[in-house]
Amino acid sequence: MADMKSRLNLRDRGAEYWERSPKWRRVALSIFFIALCYAIPFLNNPLINTPGSDFRSVLFYPVGMYVMMAIGLNIVVGKSGLLDLGYVAFFAIGAYTMAILGTKTSLNFWEILPIGVALAMLSGVLLGTPTLRLRGDYLAIVTLGFGEIVRIVAVNTDAIGGARGIAGIPTPPNFFKAKFTILDPKPYYWLLLTFTLLIIWMVRRMAARRPGRAWDAIRQDDDVAQLMGINTRRYKVWAFVLGAAVAGVGGVVYASQILSIVPDQFNLNVSILILACVVFGGIGNLWGVILGAVLLAFTPERIRFLSQPRILVFGMALVLMMNLRPDGILPKKKREHFDPDWHTVEESGEGEIK
Amino acid sequence: MRLEIKDLHVHYGKIEAIKGVSVVVNEGEIVTLIGANGAGKTTMLKTISGLRPVTSGQILFNGEDISKMPAYKRADLGLSQAPEGRGIFVGMSVLENLEMGKYNRKDRKKEMDEDLEKVYHLFPRLKERAFQAGGTLSGGEQQMLAIGRALMSRPKVLLLDEPSMGLAPLMIQNIFNIITEINKTGVTILLVEQNAQQALQRAHRAYVLEVGNVVKEAKASDLLNDPAVRAAYLGTGAH
Repeated sequence: MADMKSRLNLRDRGAEYWERSPKWRRVALSIFFIALCYAIPFLNNPLINTPGSDFRSVLFYPVGMYVMMAIGLNIVVGKSGLLDLGYVAFFAIGAYTMAILGTKTSLNFWEILPIGVALAMLSGVLLGTPTLRLRGDYLAIVTLGFGEIVRIVAVNTDAIGGARGIAGIPTPPNFFKAKFTILDPKPYYWLLLTFTLLIIWMVRRMAARRPGRAWDAIRQDDDVAQLMGINTRRYKVWAFVLGAAVAGVGGVVYASQILSIVPDQFNLNVSILILACVVFGGIGNLWGVILGAVLLAFTPERIRFLSQPRILVFGMALVLMMNLRPDGILPKKKREHFDPDWHTVEESGEGEIK
Repeated sequence: MRLEIKDLHVHYGKIEAIKGVSVVVNEGEIVTLIGANGAGKTTMLKTISGLRPVTSGQILFNGEDISKMPAYKRADLGLSQAPEGRGIFVGMSVLENLEMGKYNRKDRKKEMDEDLEKVYHLFPRLKERAFQAGGTLSGGEQQMLAIGRALMSRPKVLLLDEPSMGLAPLMIQNIFNIITEINKTGVTILLVEQNAQQALQRAHRAYVLEVGNVVKEAKASDLLNDPAVRAAYLGTGAH
């Protein structure tokens, strides 16, 4: 039985295969999967196609967008254990930056992107600095409030379109041969995929170094982390700010594709759904979170032919899953024994947060 | 390195948990705070290490008032704590837990091997378990790890919160032997204990804490023979 279980444990077997693989095989596998991701819009497999909605649009939104946001939220919730229920606010700030600057100034997408990210990060600092002394449920309530405040302010500020939102957001300028138009979602998907890969690379580097260790310690025991000399407030704010930055990127890209935004797109449901992706996939495990986001974003589109009852089916699937696998589809590996050769943390000052 | 607490008051909300306590720990000493549940022992240690805010009073570390300093900075000064309930990072290996004890040391790379060796020498069990998850250790091993981790930062003053809690008698002996050994290497120790017998045998001086007040202060050996203390904390006085 135990043998059967370990054989079925694809996560551990996969991880083991990866750890034992020589470098060339890892590189080859990575290149293969990345190429596959870029090629998905060309695949016309009836299994993964989405009858009822345009497959290529679905790849960009919700699938690609959810994946990116879930990776960002995982830094906050999964790595450092801070329950953020207002994550959509940072997404909205990125989207609104793109919308306002894109329609009111002559700045293009690439110039607005860093501004949007910076504003999202700044709002992360502003929200995080006073609130991160709260713990657990209290933090969740405050962040939930923040998410709603951003939306309600947008609804009630006529200068940024009020409830009607902003229309006529420019698309990004053409990039070599890729033409960004409303008719073709493929370039947007590739753009989003490229950003996502960069973010994955960044997150993995951070997680393996000192910040990752500090977040680990904070999540497990905040008080003891302080006794170890970790400035826990600073690391928590940083987790918040990095998560906000990722959502900011997502918001800017999203607004440039969708052409018009309204405040009600950025409601509480989005925050909850992204959190569901993280929990469903396996909180704290990057690959689980990505898988969770893909499934949660894709499934409702795939079963769109069911029309109305599809949300019911989707909800039932969620409940069933969380009962069968309460730690998520691909949970973080529970380590009992550590192979000395796998000792992952590189004791280097690189990536240190000062 | 002298630790001096002057007229300390600490509140939990409106409840005053520490009501004007003064304690002195001289360099090289083992000083113990004994007292019943709820006397404020753990609160004292948490306040000294900075996890609880001070209402009023001073905490002097080598003459410098650190009562307003955040906890993580006090750790840098050489004040190290093995917290109540051990506070092991259960998802990290024993080695990773020990490395966390050095998190903020500037020369951590240079010091690491030497200090690991010292800790492994004191606690050979930790070396055997180095690559095992902290959560899989027994209670006694976790206590060793908590003390070992606290030593990794090369503390000048070590704060120990109930190191004997929940341990078997043999393990308690073992832990207290090691505490004495650590003290002999020049580390000043402030020890909070419910196991008054052991604590008083090992310490130089002792304070008896009752509902937030120091009711007695004496040489530890004197308190061992004090009828009132024996009756209240050693369970052997009422003859």
